[in-house]
Amino acid sequence: MNQSVQINADLTAFRHDFAIIASWLPFGAKVLDLGCGDGTLLQYLKASLEVRGYGVEKDDANWLAGMSRGVNIIQMDLEAGLSGFEDQSFDTVILSQTLQAMHNTEKIVQEMLRVGREAIVTFPNFGYWRNRYQILGGRMPVSEDLPYQWYDTPNVHLCTINDFDQFCTNSHIQIKERLVLTNNSPVTFLPNLFGSLAMYRLKSNL
Amino acid sequence: MLENNSVGLVAPQTAHFDTPLTLKSGAVLPQFDLVFETYGQLNADKSNAVLICHALSGNHHVAGKYHESDKNPGWWDNLVGPDKPLDTNKFFVIGLNNLGGCHGSTGASSINPATQQPWGSTFPVLTVEDWVNSQALLADYLGIEQLAAVVGGSLGGMQALQWTLSYPDRVKHGLVIASAPNLTAQNIAFNEVARQAIITDPEFHNGDYYAHGVVPRRGLRIARMLGHITYLSDDAMGAKFGRTLKNKVGNQLQYNFDVEFEMESYLRYQGDKFAGEFDANTYLRMTRALDYFDPALNYDGDLSKALANVKAQFLVVSFTSDWRFSPARSREIVKALLDNELTVSYAEVTAAHGHDAFLMPDPHYHAILRSYLNKIDVNNTKLRGVV
Repeated sequence: MNQSVQINADLTAFRHDFAIIASWLPFGAKVLDLGCGDGTLLQYLKASLEVRGYGVEKDDANWLAGMSRGVNIIQMDLEAGLSGFEDQSFDTVILSQTLQAMHNTEKIVQEMLRVGREAIVTFPNFGYWRNRYQILGGRMPVSEDLPYQWYDTPNVHLCTINDFDQFCTNSHIQIKERLVLTNNSPVTFLPNLFGSLAMYRLKSNL
Repeated sequence: MLENNSVGLVAPQTAHFDTPLTLKSGAVLPQFDLVFETYGQLNADKSNAVLICHALSGNHHVAGKYHESDKNPGWWDNLVGPDKPLDTNKFFVIGLNNLGGCHGSTGASSINPATQQPWGSTFPVLTVEDWVNSQALLADYLGIEQLAAVVGGSLGGMQALQWTLSYPDRVKHGLVIASAPNLTAQNIAFNEVARQAIITDPEFHNGDYYAHGVVPRRGLRIARMLGHITYLSDDAMGAKFGRTLKNKVGNQLQYNFDVEFEMESYLRYQGDKFAGEFDANTYLRMTRALDYFDPALNYDGDLSKALANVKAQFLVVSFTSDWRFSPARSREIVKALLDNELTVSYAEVTAAHGHDAFLMPDPHYHAILRSYLNKIDVNNTKLRGVV
């Protein structure tokens, strides 16, 4: 008991985005976390909300890390879609800071809203002023949120908040909530300029 | 020499069952023996038992050796032992020879008490369900109400899955490795060729070869050679044998049909070895059980419906180069488990060895099994059906 409380406290201290994701989920929700990495988010959601969850991850080392955190992990490549999951079989499908690394970006968001009644998508905002500043200086941005060099990055589809808003409109996706963070604090003034992390709660309009 | 994380010297035991067992075919076995081995200690509340189900040619000798000088340990010795992935410090592990087998459990070569002759052709055709029922009787015999886990690869994985179907309250975890929810047409085809090789051997005598003092060696040998081809991947064969000639001196070809390539030498060796120690009637029945396994059959082919009463938690593992029980087939099992909101993890191991990979000590594969088995709580016997 003490241990789970400890984990809970540790994680919220570091990851405000996790707390926001948790606030968008009902207690005991059935959750699918795409690109779940080492399972930290699911472990946190299990401890705080008792979610029933599965993570999807393709990396071997992450699989083992997630298993050691007590998370259920399905090893598969998201680029192949979510054909192993039934329509509307999850309360929420989460894609946490993975969107920018997807090749089939449009397809995966559609798949998320097919499998989940809601979707949560978070990504580093390429429109953040620090990124713009580095580009103005003539270089591709490298920062804490975008730690990779242009020649060695998993990120293939970086976008701005305005881009994603437009994408949702075009794809008939309803934005239920949108929160923008910089250094774990909400940003409301000119979020596409001052926000580093964009968080969306989505629902299909179709 | 025994390694220090071996289960050490082991000895098989025999459980005798006097109560007639009705099989799925309707046939009744009046009495039968099951030969088994155990490793580790059964704990006080008997909650740490793990059953290992063998595949086509396996048996009860899973781990350890019979003598200090034994050349080969049990067939899954790399998995089972103190501090090994299936840790015998924690678990009480049971290996058995399935009913119809030829390593001590009652099978076609056993004496039928009614006739005092070997059963031969009259020994019934068994199914995976029958095996699981007989394994449950063995669990009863050992006083075990609920197994912490049932583990199996290939045909053994089918038994692990069937356990969770037949006895949802008697198994907490199913580890289904390199398996499938049923055989594909191609797989049935391979089995049929193997069976035809045996059945058309002049020394098969319709399965009653014991009375003639012969065995259908040629058929069994060809069946095994065919099997070996399908258990390996093209890449693994290429890497191991390539086109290497047996007689390397000057790369001189012989222009005849003796062994020319290393590949041929390997197949002949494996075929001969197998034909000398395995029973043809057992081989026929094992392959038939594979063919017949199809839990979704009575549910319009809907595996998700077939698994509706399952309560166990699962680890499903497949291997990328396994074309006989491909990852796609394992994903079908995973999907059906997910559809039933069961607790399941799935790992797709990058491996070159084909179907045989499930027996190999690949470090990542073993880490997967270790991490899953580590989290099994043997002190809490309560079932948790959902995630």
